[in-house]
Amino acid sequence: MSESDLTWEAVIGLETHVQLGTNSKIFTAASTTFGDEPNTHIDPIVCGLPGTLPVLNQKVLQYAVKAALALNLNIAEQSKFDRKQYFYPDLPKNYQISQFDEPIAEDGWIDVEVAEKGKETYTKKVGIERLHMEEDAGKLVHAGSDRLAGSTHSLVDYNRAGVALAEIVSKPDLRTGREAAEYAAEIRRIMRYLGVSDGNMQEGSLRCDVNISVRQGPNAPFGTKVEIKNMNSFSAIQKACEYEIQRQINAYENAELVVQETRLWDESKQLTKSMRSKEGSSDYRYFPDPDLGPIEVSKELRESWRAELPELPAAKRTRYIEELGLSAYDARVLTDEYSMAYYFEEVVSSGADAKSGSNWITGDIAAYLKSTRQSFVDLPFKPKQLAEMINMINDGKISGKIAKEILPELLAHGGSPQKIVADRGLGMISDPEVITEIIDELLKDHPNEVEAFRAGKKKLQGFFVGQLMKKTSGKADPKLVNKILIKKLSD
Amino acid sequence: MSKITPEDVRKVAKLARLEIPEDQVEMYTSQLEDILSYVDQLQKVDTSSIPPTTRAVEVVNVLRKDEVKSTVVREELLDLAPQREGDFFRVPKILAD
Repeated sequence: MSESDLTWEAVIGLETHVQLGTNSKIFTAASTTFGDEPNTHIDPIVCGLPGTLPVLNQKVLQYAVKAALALNLNIAEQSKFDRKQYFYPDLPKNYQISQFDEPIAEDGWIDVEVAEKGKETYTKKVGIERLHMEEDAGKLVHAGSDRLAGSTHSLVDYNRAGVALAEIVSKPDLRTGREAAEYAAEIRRIMRYLGVSDGNMQEGSLRCDVNISVRQGPNAPFGTKVEIKNMNSFSAIQKACEYEIQRQINAYENAELVVQETRLWDESKQLTKSMRSKEGSSDYRYFPDPDLGPIEVSKELRESWRAELPELPAAKRTRYIEELGLSAYDARVLTDEYSMAYYFEEVVSSGADAKSGSNWITGDIAAYLKSTRQSFVDLPFKPKQLAEMINMINDGKISGKIAKEILPELLAHGGSPQKIVADRGLGMISDPEVITEIIDELLKDHPNEVEAFRAGKKKLQGFFVGQLMKKTSGKADPKLVNKILIKKLSD
Repeated sequence: MSKITPEDVRKVAKLARLEIPEDQVEMYTSQLEDILSYVDQLQKVDTSSIPPTTRAVEVVNVLRKDEVKSTVVREELLDLAPQREGDFFRVPKILAD
């Protein structure tokens, strides 16, 4: 059997850094605002001056525990902070305050829905090793060159240093680039549902490092692990994994070595390239930070935070499918953003049917919000008003066509669909007598077509319906029209 | 307790970014060995039934509210650095090793 006959399998794990959306930093009152002038949010604690004392932000603890609960992790009764030592100028103290052997939470899982065009959608349970709290580092600007190599010196901005992070480490359960991207997207979705992070990848509030190796079949030992960084979108995560998997397979099949290293994803060239490591040997010499006392999360506190968790995306998806009868696709689209799911649920609880609600929300309304760069929260057209409009259609008071006609005004200004329809005289004609009268007149005006129809040219029914809609500006109830028309034509 | 080697001294010095002249490595090796063997005496005490202590003062959950106070010492902090350039801290060329 030749090498290429064997099936290669990738083994992928993700380390996700999530910036927790607190106002002040993890251990000090400096602001966390993004995008301000360099070094405006620094203070003696951020800079690690002697004699300063870091104190944990209680909101960071709350957010970290809530995030951990949402990921089905076990919350440690006691945890502590450690110093991770390394020298790099983005770190003002030469150590990062992190958690080493007693993280706040361990051993959890999430259900990830993996959907890819042309492939069957499936749900995968992905294990989560741990979640711990730590501080972010600053930002470096390399001068004299746009890259580190070739720069003459570097400039440091410590605004981001000390911003609270939750680091979430997955188990090596992922097998494809798509799975890795879907896992990262689900983590982001959960964090946004919880309101603990905005998960903005462009601004770096959500960053993923990927550990990846390949092996020959599911029972083979793990291959050499390579870390890839620098992906700033979910599609970049997928593409970087796919590139790296192929690169490693090629290396093994050409009898070349895969070395343990860190590689950077190059978005413009669509490939990964080797990066020299930060420190020759990563010997971080962790030890407990003597400035910070241990953390104890009592059962009462933990349960009170658990009680505050919203319904999470995976649970919503299942409920939308099983209880509201939506398709898996609709459920997935509706639950992607909490604000959309919330809007949808308000529409349903206002008495509209779920399928119609889903169609309007994921169709016309989502397109409108995208083009005007608004969110469901700012939309003047309120869920109750959409429910009212849907019910008018379903009750035969207006046609779908009329609904589309009044939609732009509703989207822009909101208001009562019933009132708009009444004011503009757009209500559906659903009085059988009125419709019969119009049909009689129509048939009288088109004797030739009537004759042709009766002679067997049944396609002409469409012609009559069209003429009738034209006459009534689309306001005639189409069901009634068809019923009466057939009756009249066959008389 | 294993013996401290000159290699250990060089490694620790490198990790701590300390420059130790080669002719002093031996001196530091024996000094470090002395210190560690002194501490080693403590290992003779049976601590098997005592939980580890990570800090001298037993306080838990020292927390503060999530409130922003803007710094008043930004200029002083920037000036404290060996080099500043405008609003940035300036650091020498970073070498990958």
